Amino acid sequence: MKSINDDENANLTYLEVARGKEPGGAEPLAAETPVFKIIGRPTPRVDGRLIVTGRAKYTHDIVLKDMLVGKILRSPYASAEIVSLDLSAAKRIPGVLATVQLKEGRVRYEGEQVAAVAALDESTAEEALQAIRVEYKVLPHVVSPEKAVAEGAPQVLDSANVQKFNEYNRGNLEQGFAEAEVILERTYRTAFEIHHPVETHVSIAKWDEDRLTVWDSTQAVFNVRDGLARMLNIPASKIRVIKNYMGGGFGSKLGANEHTAVAAQLARETGRPVKIALSRKDNSLCVGNRPSSMITIKGGAKKDGTLTALQMTNYTSGGVGRGDRCSEPLVDIYKCPNVRVEEYTVFINAGASRPTRAPGHPQGTLAMEGFLDELAAELGLDPLELRRKNYSSKNQGDTGTPYSSKGLDQCYELGAEKIGWSRRNRKPGGGPGKKKRGIGVATQIWWGAGVPGTLADVKIHPDGSVEAVCGTQDIGCGTRTFMAVVVAETLGLEPQDITIKIGDTAYPWAPNSGGSQTAPSVAPAIRDAALKAAERMRALAAKRLDVPAAEIVLAEKKLFAKNNPEKSVSFLELARDLRREAVFHGERGDLPAGFAYNSFGAHFAEVEVDTETGQIKVLKVVAVHEIGRVLNKLTAESQVVGGVTQGLSAGLFEERVIDENSGKMVNPNLQTYKVATAQDVPEIVPIFVDLVDPRINNLGNKGLGEPPRIPSSAAIANAVYNAIGVHVREIPMTPDRVLRALRAKEASS
Amino acid sequence: MERMTRKKGKVYSRRAFLKGMGGGAAGAALATGWLGRRVDAAQAASEAAPVYTKKEITFTLNGRSVSLEVEPRETLLQVLREKLKLTGTKKICDRGECGGCTVLLDGNPVYSCLFPAIRADGKTVTTVEGLAEGDALHPVQEAFIEKDAYQCGFCTPGFIMSSVALLQKNRTPSPDEIKAGLSGHICRCGNYVKIYEAVASAASKMRKA
Repeated sequence: MKSINDDENANLTYLEVARGKEPGGAEPLAAETPVFKIIGRPTPRVDGRLIVTGRAKYTHDIVLKDMLVGKILRSPYASAEIVSLDLSAAKRIPGVLATVQLKEGRVRYEGEQVAAVAALDESTAEEALQAIRVEYKVLPHVVSPEKAVAEGAPQVLDSANVQKFNEYNRGNLEQGFAEAEVILERTYRTAFEIHHPVETHVSIAKWDEDRLTVWDSTQAVFNVRDGLARMLNIPASKIRVIKNYMGGGFGSKLGANEHTAVAAQLARETGRPVKIALSRKDNSLCVGNRPSSMITIKGGAKKDGTLTALQMTNYTSGGVGRGDRCSEPLVDIYKCPNVRVEEYTVFINAGASRPTRAPGHPQGTLAMEGFLDELAAELGLDPLELRRKNYSSKNQGDTGTPYSSKGLDQCYELGAEKIGWSRRNRKPGGGPGKKKRGIGVATQIWWGAGVPGTLADVKIHPDGSVEAVCGTQDIGCGTRTFMAVVVAETLGLEPQDITIKIGDTAYPWAPNSGGSQTAPSVAPAIRDAALKAAERMRALAAKRLDVPAAEIVLAEKKLFAKNNPEKSVSFLELARDLRREAVFHGERGDLPAGFAYNSFGAHFAEVEVDTETGQIKVLKVVAVHEIGRVLNKLTAESQVVGGVTQGLSAGLFEERVIDENSGKMVNPNLQTYKVATAQDVPEIVPIFVDLVDPRINNLGNKGLGEPPRIPSSAAIANAVYNAIGVHVREIPMTPDRVLRALRAKEASS
Repeated sequence: MERMTRKKGKVYSRRAFLKGMGGGAAGAALATGWLGRRVDAAQAASEAAPVYTKKEITFTLNGRSVSLEVEPRETLLQVLREKLKLTGTKKICDRGECGGCTVLLDGNPVYSCLFPAIRADGKTVTTVEGLAEGDALHPVQEAFIEKDAYQCGFCTPGFIMSSVALLQKNRTPSPDEIKAGLSGHICRCGNYVKIYEAVASAASKMRKA
C-alpha cells in the first residue's frame, strides 16, 4: 500500500506532502499544510478548445466504415404476453441485413425490448421495425405505487408487489418516544425523475474475428466490458470498451446495457459494425429513473430540541427494478440514540430504476430536513439551532465510527452568513403580502471516499512529453483536467503539457464514474504515479547537478537545487537521460480503518411564493460544501451549480407521468417532462470549506459528484415552508400542490 | 469538406440513391455486406424500390459554398451531421425542445432538427465548427472556456450559437436578456449560471475589441 507516509523524499515546498501518522499515531496530515501552485486553484479545462469548437467526438458522432444502423422494437404495453412475432416482412425489405427476436412471453413495462433490426440506414431500419408483426395479449397492469400495494392489484413480477428490503434498529425506540416532550409525525413524497442525459444512450459494436470493440456512451468502461462478457458469454479479455466524450449520464450509464449486447449480436450476425442510438422516448422509458418515495417520519424530541427517537417508514418504487434506500441521512447525520427504519420497495409496470445522482439521498433528505423544520416550528426553535443541537462527530447518529473529517459546522456558519439567515421569518409564514418570501436550510451527507486499488500511469518520453493514463472516464466533471493538474503540480509542469489518455479498458483499471468516487480514486493514483516519476527525475538531476536528490525541486519546467536555484536543468533536457519511455505505476492506497469517510454540506435557499398562483420563484441559493481538498476550483464550482440546478429542477418541475388507464408514459420528451432552463435558475453561490482530510488519501480530497445534488430540493422546500407557513411535503412543488397545501392550512386554522 | 457531385434526374431507386452517396458507408455496403448476404442483390436491383424526389441546394456553410442534393424530408441537422460530417451540431431531442442543434441561418439561430434542409438553399449557415478563425476562437468560445460554462459539453455548441446570435443583435445584454436569449436551450448538467457569466464576459470583451 502506498500511504501518505511514504513520500519521505517529497519536497515540502512544491511536492508537498504532509506527513501524518496513521490512526493511532501522532499528528494527522492536515497539520502540515502543503503549498500547491496549481492544485486547488481555478484551472480551465485542458480539453475546452475541443468542446467549444464542436470537435470533441461523442459516441453519437462516431461513424465507422461499413457501419449499420441498429434499431429496437419496444413493447407499447405496460403488461402483455407476446403471442406471436413475425420478422419475415422486415427481413424482406431491401437494406435490412439482420433481424432478431429479443423477447418471448411476458413483457412487464412499456419500452421493454422485443426485437431488433440492422439496416443500411436509419429510415430503412425504421421501416423494418414497422414491418415486424407482433401479436400481444394485453394483461392487467399497475403503474402507481399507491395502487400496487392494494389487495388484488395486478402482480408485476413473479413475486409480491411489496417487499421489505431494508431494516435498521438502534437503541430503544419506545423508550425514546417515552422520553420525548414533543412527538411529530409527517409524510413526504417525491416523484419519479428521469435522468435525461442530453446524449441519449448509444453504443457501437465492432468485431475483429473473436475480439469485440465497443464504443459506448458510458460512465463505466470496465463495468460495460464485464457486463457484456456475461451477457454475450465471451471472455472479458476479448472485449475492449472505449468512451471518449459523453453527453451526461447522472447514473443512468453505469452498466452494460441490453441494447449494447444487441448491437454486438447484430454486428456478429452481419459481420459489420452496428450502432444503436436510443431515442429521447427510449431514454424516458427504459434506461432508468430515480425511484419515487413516500417517507413517513415519526420523531420525538425534548423541548430544548434534543432528539430522542426517530422512526422512518419508506415505500419506494423503481418500476420493475428496486426502490432507493432513502434512510441514510436520517440514520447518520444527527445525534439520536433510538432509531428504527423500515423500507419497502413497490413494484409497478414501468421501466427499472437506475442509480440517479445520489441514489436515495435527495428523497431521504427532503423528508428528514423537512421534518426537522416542522419540528423546529413546533418547538419554537431556530431550524439551524436544532441542527446544531444534534450535531454529531461519529456516524450512525453519534453512536458509530468517528468521521475522519467533518466540516459541517463551518458549512452552517458560512452559509448562514452568506444568505443572511437572520432575515428569515421567525415564525413560518409570518411575512407580509401575497407574495411571501422565505429562507430555508438543508444538510447533506454522502460517501465518496474513492476506491482503493485504482490504478494510473504516468509516462515520460525521452523527448520530455508526459502522459497521464488511466481507464477512468470524464463524464463532464473535469477528470482530464484534474489529472493534468495533479501531474503538472507534481512534476513542476503546466496542465497543458500533460497528454491525458482515459476512457478505455486498455488502460489501467479505475472504478465507474458514479457515487462521487472518480476524483478520490483517480487523483491519488495519478499522484502516486507522478511522485514516483518525480523521484526518478530527481535522481537523474542529482547526477547531473551533483546535488543530493532530496534537495532537488521540480518547478517551472525545471529541476533545481533548493538552496541554489542556479544549479538547474530543464525537465525537457533531463528527460533525454531516460533514454526510453519510462512508465510509473500509481495506485490509490487503502483507506485507514477506524474512521468514517463522508462529505458534508449545507444549502441555503431564498424563495418567493405567490400565494395566489402557487408559483415558486427561487431567488438565491448558497451552497456550502466540505469535500476535503478541492483539486480544481473552477470545475468544482460548476459541479456545485449543476447539482443545485438539478435539485431546483426536481424540486419544482420534474415528474414522470404515467397514464393509469393505458399504462403509458405521457411525457416521454423534453417538452412535457419539465426541466429547469435558463429563466428558472437564480444566483447560485458555491462555497468550499477549506479543510483537507488528514487520512483519506495522499491528497486529502473527497468526491463532489453527488453532494451538491442532495440538499437543494429540501432547502427550497424548507424555504417555501418558511415563506408560507405550511410545508408542501411533496416534490415537485407544482403550483397546484402549493395551493392545495395553502388550502389545507386555511382549513385547519 | 466532402465533394458534392451533381446528379441528373429527379427519381432514384433506393439502390441508385445509396450508390449516389458515394465513398461513405452505404457505398461500401454494396460492395461488402449487402451483396452475398441476406439481401438478394439481383432482386434489390430489379425492384424499383421507393423513389425519392431530390433537389440540389447550394448554400454557404461556414464561409464556403456547398452544393448537394437533399430529400425534402431531410432536416438541416441530418444533412450537416450525416452528409457533411459536421458533428459539432448535436441531436438531443430531435423535436425542437432543447436547442442542442442550433445553427445560425443568415445570422439567426434556428433549430436545425426542425428546419428542412431544402430551405437552406441560397442561405448562409454557420455551425459551431465555423466560429473560430484558424486558431483564434470566437470571444464567446473563449469565454465558455474561461468561465467553465459547460460540463459534459454536449449542449454547448447550441448554447454557443445562440449566444453568438444574441451578442450580434445586442452588444450590451442585461442578465435578464441573456436568460431570455438562451431560454430555448436545455443544459442538463445545469450549468446555466456559468453560461450567463460567460456570455456577459464575452459581451464585455467584444465591446472592447
